[in-house]
Order: sequence, then structure tokens, then C-alpha cells
Amino acid sequence: MDLTYGPRYESFRDELRAFLAEHAERAPRGGVGVSAGAAGEALRQWQALLIEHGYAARTIPKEYGGYGAEPDILERVIIDEELNAAGVSRGVGGQGPEMLVPTLLEHGSEEQKQRHIGPTVRGEEVWCQGYSEPGSGSDLASVQTRAVEDGSDFLITGQKIWTSTADVSDMMFGLIRTEPEAKKHAGLSYVLIPMDTPGIDVRPLVTMTGQAEFNEVFFNDARVPQANVVGKRGEGWAIANTTLRHERNMLASSAVLDGTLRSLITLMGEERVNGERPLDSPVLRDRLMSLQSRVTALKYHQLRMLTAQLQGRPPGVAGLVTKLAGCEVSHQLNGLGIDALGELGTLYDDSKHLRAGGRWQSQHMFTLGLIIGGGTAQIQKNIISERGLGMPREPKPAKA
Amino acid sequence: MDFALSEEQELLAQSLRRFLEEDCPVTRVRELVADEPGSDGGVWKALCELGIAGLLVPEEHGGSGLGMLDAAIAAESLAWGVCPGPFLASAVMAPIALAEAGTPEQQKRLLPALATGSLRIAVAATELVSKRGEAGVEVRDGRLHGTTLLVLDAFGADLFLVPTDGGAGLALVEAGAAGLVQTGLPTVDRTRGFAELVFDGVAVSEWVGAEGGAAAATRRMLDAGRVVLAADALGASERALELAVAYALQRKQFDRVIGSFQAVKHLCAEMAAELEPARSLVWYAAHAFDHEPDEASLMAAHAKALLSEVGPFVVRTATEVHGGIGFTDEQNLHYWFKRVGVDRQLLGAPEVLHEEAARLQGLVD
Ligand SMILES: Cc1cc2nc3c(=O)[nH]c(=O)nc-3n(C[C@H](O)[C@H](O)[C@H](O)COP(=O)(O)OP(=O)(O)OC[C@H]3O[C@@H](n4cnc5c(N)ncnc54)[C@H](O)[C@@H]3O)c2cc1C
Repeated sequence: MDLTYGPRYESFRDELRAFLAEHAERAPRGGVGVSAGAAGEALRQWQALLIEHGYAARTIPKEYGGYGAEPDILERVIIDEELNAAGVSRGVGGQGPEMLVPTLLEHGSEEQKQRHIGPTVRGEEVWCQGYSEPGSGSDLASVQTRAVEDGSDFLITGQKIWTSTADVSDMMFGLIRTEPEAKKHAGLSYVLIPMDTPGIDVRPLVTMTGQAEFNEVFFNDARVPQANVVGKRGEGWAIANTTLRHERNMLASSAVLDGTLRSLITLMGEERVNGERPLDSPVLRDRLMSLQSRVTALKYHQLRMLTAQLQGRPPGVAGLVTKLAGCEVSHQLNGLGIDALGELGTLYDDSKHLRAGGRWQSQHMFTLGLIIGGGTAQIQKNIISERGLGMPREPKPAKA
Repeated sequence: MDFALSEEQELLAQSLRRFLEEDCPVTRVRELVADEPGSDGGVWKALCELGIAGLLVPEEHGGSGLGMLDAAIAAESLAWGVCPGPFLASAVMAPIALAEAGTPEQQKRLLPALATGSLRIAVAATELVSKRGEAGVEVRDGRLHGTTLLVLDAFGADLFLVPTDGGAGLALVEAGAAGLVQTGLPTVDRTRGFAELVFDGVAVSEWVGAEGGAAAATRRMLDAGRVVLAADALGASERALELAVAYALQRKQFDRVIGSFQAVKHLCAEMAAELEPARSLVWYAAHAFDHEPDEASLMAAHAKALLSEVGPFVVRTATEVHGGIGFTDEQNLHYWFKRVGVDRQLLGAPEVLHEEAARLQGLVD
């Protein structure tokens, strides 16, 4: 184990701080964002600046529009720490940069990499993930949306659902049944689909937070070139699983947990209930410290997983637990935020006395969505016990 | 640049586990501690020959000069085997106190003996964390008066390291000194030997650090103890999970192994999901003890608190997976359950540690 910040890292940090001193004031605030809509322009400009200085898309090769640095754990930690501490956005995130790009780097053709990675990391091309369907959620390999050959194209027909950001996306990476004769898993392909293709219809769905956070997407003979398949036809299941691995890391990012914890500590020091800070309540303080120990554990867990990845060592069961553990802690942090506010913690929308724009309530609900999305907690437990602990799959019920 | 165990550390864990599996399986532990808690037969001596007692002792004093992460790996493996022996007090807390505050002469005389295992030092640390009634040891006219409970690794100790006046001083006292009464205190965990000491004008055989000037060394000793207890709970619960999975793959009900029932699989998955991030925190707390002085106390508190929550969850769940047999004396699973139960209380349970963590960060006065 070696986490010494040698002189090289100290100067890396100093440069980053100087960069932030110069630019932070005009930067978008907090977290990572999807670069769509009116707010998108400011985020794209910030992202361009981050990439130019190597603080975003750092390890993406130069020829694909990244900064082209060697992977280095401490640099990554320093970037997260400093951008978080300055309260500025860590740049463009979401399913494109965090899920599609690593998948393309691993499985994409040279042409696909050239064409999509640059615009995606710059935030010019926004992506959505078209996996789930009304009849296929946890049992994802049963998807029915199908493609039939028509010359060198496919004609796609069917329906996706719960598709986050589909209403603002330029592209979808979808799991489509292209080989109807093949068995369940072997009949799927991973297809890149332009969202402006005629025959695609997107209808937003309002979630419990009150926002339209995901969508239904209908396909009716939507024409897409067969060249848009990533990897080979029929390999879609394996490729989709690469993407899901990245999603699970993204959903439980320890930088996000750390940011939420900081906001929570601030909240609990600033509010006054009966003249006392929530921090002065031993019970709330105990819960806060318990969660801090878990956020800290997940932070070093992420370092451990990154190390295993860089050293090419199989992480074993430890590599499968991040989504389950991280999303749970995230939900509990937001729940504590509500409890710290007590009755005023219930306020929502544009209510008078609202705190932090209602974020504790909306994030408490949103993080419940994260516990379900990307493979439910129960599916995670199946994966951990089967792939991590070597326990047998559920036997299939006898066919009636 | 990496956050992983070294090859040597992985080897240490493997070789210790192999040794315990062959020479000291739980059936043997059971025999050893049947008459007296903490009694280790020749096991501690054999472990000392493997260099376990001298891990933290500098090479110039006959040890291997390794760090807290190595000690944590060893503690984890020892608890994996519910091994008796004074690792916590004699191989971690005492050497740390001596390294921090001992004179060169004391180090030269005492550390080599600790490293070979010819000397055992027990540590009286309970009152640093929770004081009962009149308990606590004070110095009057150069002699010790008072009581201390739950002295760590008291079984077979040659010397006691006793914090005086709330940890301001660190006195070494000989076992059997005039005016000292030692009474064994059995706990649920028979793999460790605890005692109460009553001092009635006991002579200090020597001070570690200045009389009344050892607070910083006491603090380091406490942090080290917490890191190693966290590692102990990690190792014990890790083994409980292994035993639960192995049992679930072999026990059949309703014509199938119980490990194919999702209810059982999910219990096992929950144990793993709690344990693995906790392991990462134990590693970091051990690393911070040696390399991040500003964070060392906070990380020791957090790691000990988290393992005190996670450990008990894992051992009780592993017991449930075993069904009725898990509840029997004969099955021996309870040795791990009890080890973790005691780990949780020693040197601060979660509530105590959370309070300390908040204070260390200035979140509360
Ligand atoms: C906020 C949010 C965003 C999302 N974004 C996207 C997106 O961008 N793209 C996309 O494709 N999808 C997205 N999803 C969909 C998500 O992937 C699915 O909701 C999820 O995989 C579960 O599928 P389902 O909704 O059909 O539930 P079901 O699969 O019907 O599950 C219902 C319940 O049954 C349990 N269950 C099902 N099968 C098993 C089993 N084998 N063992 C044990 N329990 C089981 C589940 O755990 C759950 O509790 C999103 C979902 C949410 C909540």
C-alpha cells in the first residue's frame, strides 16, 4: 500500500487549485450534470476547459477527444477532492460519458470510437440507455424490441420504458433482439440509435419526485444502419453487461456520497431547532457519525477497486457490492437530512421556509429510484451470492 | 501508488491461516480455553516463533519492524481462527507505548523480550474509555492505588502496563507485586483472558515516559488497540460468513441445498456487502495510523465503530443460516459470535466512538 502524495502530486494539486482560483467563480455548481437544454451550454464550456487542463476525460486517449493521461488513482482522487471542495461541477456526466464511453473503448469499432467518444465526453452528444421494457426489467434478457433486416439497415419496432434522459438525448444505446431464431441471451445486439430517427416517439413519465425523470420510447419501423451494432450481432448481452458494470459504479460514486455528507454536516450545523443545532442532538449526531464511517469506508473501497482494476487483479466479491452498499448509504444520508429538519423537512415545491430547494426530500426519493434502477437491490444480492460467493442459481420452475 | 495489500501481506495472512487450521483448529481452541479463559497452551509460543509477537518491534530490537497494516492483517487472521494469545496487548499496544514514550534503555531491554514472546505485557485500558464508579488508578506518594477492570490479555502476563490519572502516566507493574490483587474476569469470549487489578500502594517498577507526561503515548496506544480490534472483528466475521456459505452449500431441505433458497442467498450477500467496504476502511485506518497522523485517531474510531456494527450483524446472520445447529455448543460457531461480541465493547462501542469522532472533528464541544 502506498498513498504517499509525493512532490509530483503536491504540484498536481497546486496546479489544480490555481486553476480553480482562476475559474471556479464562473463554473457551474456541484456534482456532474447532463449537458442538455439551456443549462447545457455553460456545462459544455466548463467541460471543455476541464478536458483542456486534464481534469475531465483525463484517461480517454487524445485521438478520441480526451486528455490522454495514464490512469493514476491519486490524480483521480485529488481531482474529485478539489472540485468537490470548491463546490464546482465535476463536468459532464450521465450515461454517455460514464457508461457508453468505457463500453465503446472496450468493444467499439474504430469508426464508432472516432465518431462518438469525442462528442460524448464534450457533452455535445447526449445518450440514453434503452434496456428496460414493460415486460422485461430484472429479467432483462427477455427484451422483445426487435430489429428486422432491410438491406444494410435494421427496422426496429417495440417499446422501451423507464429510459432516463431519453427526452433530451441525441442517441440511445439499446438492447435489441436481432436474431429471433437464437436462444434468449444469444438473440440480442447492442445497437446505437439516433433519437431523431423517424418512427421513434418519446413520451416523458413523471416520477414520484414530481419531475419527468424518465420516459417511454416507442419504435415503429425505425431505420438504423446495421453498422451501428457494437461488437458482433448476437453479442449484445455480454456488451450490455460491461455497460451495467460501469453504471453500478456510477450510481454509487463515492464523490457523490462525500458531497452529500458535506452538505448534511453543514445543514446540521446551521439549522436551529428549539434554539439548538441538529448536531447538538446526541441521537442525530450518532446517526451522522455512523453514516460518515460508511461513506469513508466506501471511499477507500473505491480506491481498492480502482487499484485492482489497474493491476488487472480480479476484485472478487468485493467488486460486486458497491452498488448495493453505496445506494443504501446515499438514501440514508438524505433521510437524515429530512430528520434533521424535522417538520420543516416535509416542505416541497416552492414552499415558504423551504431549505436547499427541497433537495433533501427530492434526493431521498431519487436515491430510492437508484436502489431500484441499474439492477434492483434484490438482483444485486443474487449477483453477489452467485458470482461472488459461488451459491447456486434458483432452480427454474417446472413448465406447466 | 496503490491501495492494496502487498504480496508479503497476503502471504502473511495465508500462512497464519494455514498454521491455525493445522495446529490450532477451533476444536483445539475449545480444549485450551476450557479451564481458563485466554489459556493458549503452546500456541502463542509457536506464533512467536513465526515472528507474530515482533511484527511491530523495530528490527534493531529483534522484531520485523513492520507497520500497523501488517499488524491488522495478523489480527484478522488470528481472529479468523479464534486464536487465543496476547496479540492485542503484548504485540500491539505495549510495543506502541514503548516505541512512543520508552527510553532507549527501556526499548533495548523490553522490546526484544516482547518480540520473542519471553515477556508478556497486559494493558489496563478500560478506564481510558469507560470508568465504573470508583475505578481508575492514581499515584499517591509514588505508589499506585485504585482499581482497573477488564485488563486486556491478563492471562499469563509478566507485567501490567497501567495508565494512571486518566492516562497522563503509564506505569509498568510486576505481576504478583506486593499489594496487587489480580482476579480473573471471565467474559462470554473464553479465547481471551481478562482480569481486574486492585492496587493498594503498589510500587511502580518503572514509568514509560515521564511520570504524568505520557498522554500522547496513551492516545497512540488506544488508537492502535482500536485498529487491531476492528481487524479482529473483521477476521472473525469473515470466517463466520465462510462457514455459513459452506454450510448452506451442503445442508439439504426440501430436496435441495439451502444455499439455493434466495432467502438464504440474500442473507449471505448482505453479509458480504457489509464486510467488504468495512475491510477497506480497516486497511485505511491502519495505513493512516502510520502515515496520516492528522487522521489517525478519527480513522481508528470510525473503523472500530463500523466493525462493531458490521461484525455483530454478520455473526448473528451466519448463526441463523446454520439453523438449530448454529445455536448449539457443539457446533463451535459461537466462538466467533462471542469474539465479535467482545470486540464490539472493548475500547469503545459505536456510541462512544461516534461521540469521539464528532469531537475530533470539532462538530461538538
Ligand atoms: C430512477 C430510475 C431510472 C431508470 N433508468 C433506466 C434507464 O435509463 N434505462 C433503462 O433501460 N432502464 C432504466 N430503469 C429501469 C430499471 O433498470 C428497472 O426498473 C429495474 O431493472 C427493475 O425492473 P422492473 O422495473 O421491471 O421491476 P421488476 O423486475 O418487475 O421487479 C419488481 C420486484 O421484483 C423483484 N425481482 C424481480 N426478479 C427477481 C429475482 N430474480 N429475484 C429476486 N427478486 C426479483 C425486484 O427486485 C423488485 O423488487 C430505471 C429505473 C429507475 C427507478
